[in-house]
Amino acid sequence: MEQRLANTWQMTVNERKFIEMALAADLRVDDRGPFDYRPCTITFGRHFSFTNRVGGSSEVQLGETRVMSYVTSQLVQPYRDRPNEGTLSIFTEFSPMADPAFEAGRPGEFAIELGRIVDRGLRESGAVDMESLCVVVGKLVWSIRVDLHILDNGGNLIDAANIAALASLLTFRRPECTLGGDDNHELIIHDIEDREPLPLIIHHLPVAVTFAVFGEGNIMVIDPSYKEESVMGGRMTITMNSNGDICAVQKAGIGISSSVIIRCLEICAVKAAEITSKINHAMESFNDGRSIQYPNFHPVDVAIQDNLPDVIMDKKQIENLIGHLAALPLDALDRNSNKSGAVVVGTNTRAKFENNQARDGVPFYSPSNWDPYPRKLCSRLARSSLKLSGLPEDVEEDKVNTTQSVTVECGLEHTKGASSSRALETPSEYTTVEATSQYIKAPKTLKDAVKIQNRKMRK
Amino acid sequence: MEYVDSLTGFRLDGRRPNDIRQIRAEIGVVAKADGSALFEMGNTKVIAAVYRPTEVQNKGQQINNQALVRCEYSMANFSTRDLQEDQRGTEISLVICQTMEACILVHLMPCSQIDIFVQVLQADGETRSACINAATLTLADACFPMRDIVTSCSAGYLSSTPLLHLNYVEDSARGPDVTVGILAKMDKVTLLQMGSKLPIDIFENVMQLAIEGCKAIAQYIREVLLENTKLLESRKGL
Repeated sequence: MEQRLANTWQMTVNERKFIEMALAADLRVDDRGPFDYRPCTITFGRHFSFTNRVGGSSEVQLGETRVMSYVTSQLVQPYRDRPNEGTLSIFTEFSPMADPAFEAGRPGEFAIELGRIVDRGLRESGAVDMESLCVVVGKLVWSIRVDLHILDNGGNLIDAANIAALASLLTFRRPECTLGGDDNHELIIHDIEDREPLPLIIHHLPVAVTFAVFGEGNIMVIDPSYKEESVMGGRMTITMNSNGDICAVQKAGIGISSSVIIRCLEICAVKAAEITSKINHAMESFNDGRSIQYPNFHPVDVAIQDNLPDVIMDKKQIENLIGHLAALPLDALDRNSNKSGAVVVGTNTRAKFENNQARDGVPFYSPSNWDPYPRKLCSRLARSSLKLSGLPEDVEEDKVNTTQSVTVECGLEHTKGASSSRALETPSEYTTVEATSQYIKAPKTLKDAVKIQNRKMRK
Repeated sequence: MEYVDSLTGFRLDGRRPNDIRQIRAEIGVVAKADGSALFEMGNTKVIAAVYRPTEVQNKGQQINNQALVRCEYSMANFSTRDLQEDQRGTEISLVICQTMEACILVHLMPCSQIDIFVQVLQADGETRSACINAATLTLADACFPMRDIVTSCSAGYLSSTPLLHLNYVEDSARGPDVTVGILAKMDKVTLLQMGSKLPIDIFENVMQLAIEGCKAIAQYIREVLLENTKLLESRKGL
């Protein structure tokens, strides 16, 4: 091993004998069971700015071990033999801060081994979908880079690094890119303000479980601590997912019998399921937090309803609608804002409308084909929502006629809209305009999916 | 691509799923080294050499109660067409090193360094297994005290069949690849590496198949060593 042994903390003979004898009696010095993990916490990188939503970063603390992982993406040319697949590469950073035995700069043997174990588990098992990262076959693919930084070596770096890599890949979002421009040759990488960044497609979660071997190869414990690692005779890492598939195995050194290996596989299946549920749990709480902080963020794509018939409402119905809107809390409206910043009345108002129907005896629409942006309604909706958001509203009722679509400024800073604004005759108070028509998109057809023959691309 | 022909059951190189490759070994190919061997598994050809224990070069790495085992694995530039990553070479060096360290009685040679050099001359899949087999022969030729002979081979699972000894084409299929190294007489597994995805029960089958393959290679290595000893005997006039 390339560790600078002169720099390492050497274990005394007494301590070594103590640990070995304790293990022979089925006891671990930190009072764990032989197959117990240390407490594990997964935290995700905080997004300090509104724009930093693409960062997938996580920090895992497993007992005293701390590992941080950061995911970034870049557009590159694909490998020649795999022109339709993206690439995934793992880089490890073993800083002497974690352990004085680590050398700064070039990764040592163990650093490379760790990198390759995590890489085998993630890439070769097909956990991360590579084909979805292809943008233009043979020319441009996304290259995902995972950087693992070891912050504190408390033993069992492999497991902690693997969990960190998984957590960061799950929370990573890459910018969406489409072919567009005048003749659909130009590659547009959409800013994350314009289009929601997309998550990676991850088929399964390969979890690494490390066993330390002691004695003659008959004593195995899970999740060795730093001291146990100094005493162990060898190590075996099994990467499994919760479906019972073995994704990678790494074992070299002291000999163990094949029956012990099979028993370890069974134990690993249980442990992998436990850790997978822990990761999923951490992900859920993180995603919930993200959606409250960022109203535009949706963990799953929300389907936008197109082609709904226009709703024709008479004055009385409109007033009822406005009454319902006024009763809504402000943040309910915010949560349902779409990308362009225009206001959509959310689906949680549907129940009220149904009640309304019964009350008035006027069946004006059913929730399933209720169009939140009927042209005839826009002005009223806009004004009522403006009332709620507290903006000055100076429009006189007789000036605005119902056939006009009024553009709305809802007080969000980011109101970039590329489409044309159709507002006419709006009062001078509204300086920034944004077309509500942006919400009504043309339905996508197969033609949009077909790539153009001419493969010219302008930067 | 059909890796096992459904009609005849033959693989791409004409073997059956359980057939081992053609093995050939030669001892004493590098005259200057204290121990050397040439090992061929099918088309994969590997040469290994070892020198007697020396003083540790990097004093910081010296271990006071045992020998330090270092292995250098390199692939000749003419061994294969495809470019290999550097990190893969480092990992294979590490793996061979750890495997041989488990079989040499290192506590008999404290404060010393054992260098094993392995060079791949021709690569057609299973290079790390061939390297370990060559290293075993080399250490035996140099008369190092060992627990047992270590043999290694790989097995895979393609076209729903466990296959023994994957060649380069089968290896590039990106299917599951299990490399096993055992201490032959003690029946203990020292090396176990696996890539891609396999359910547990199929993995156990493939692993058992690889262990059987290793035992067959161990049998051959024992015969080669025995012949070599007889040759030395006759040369010495015993």
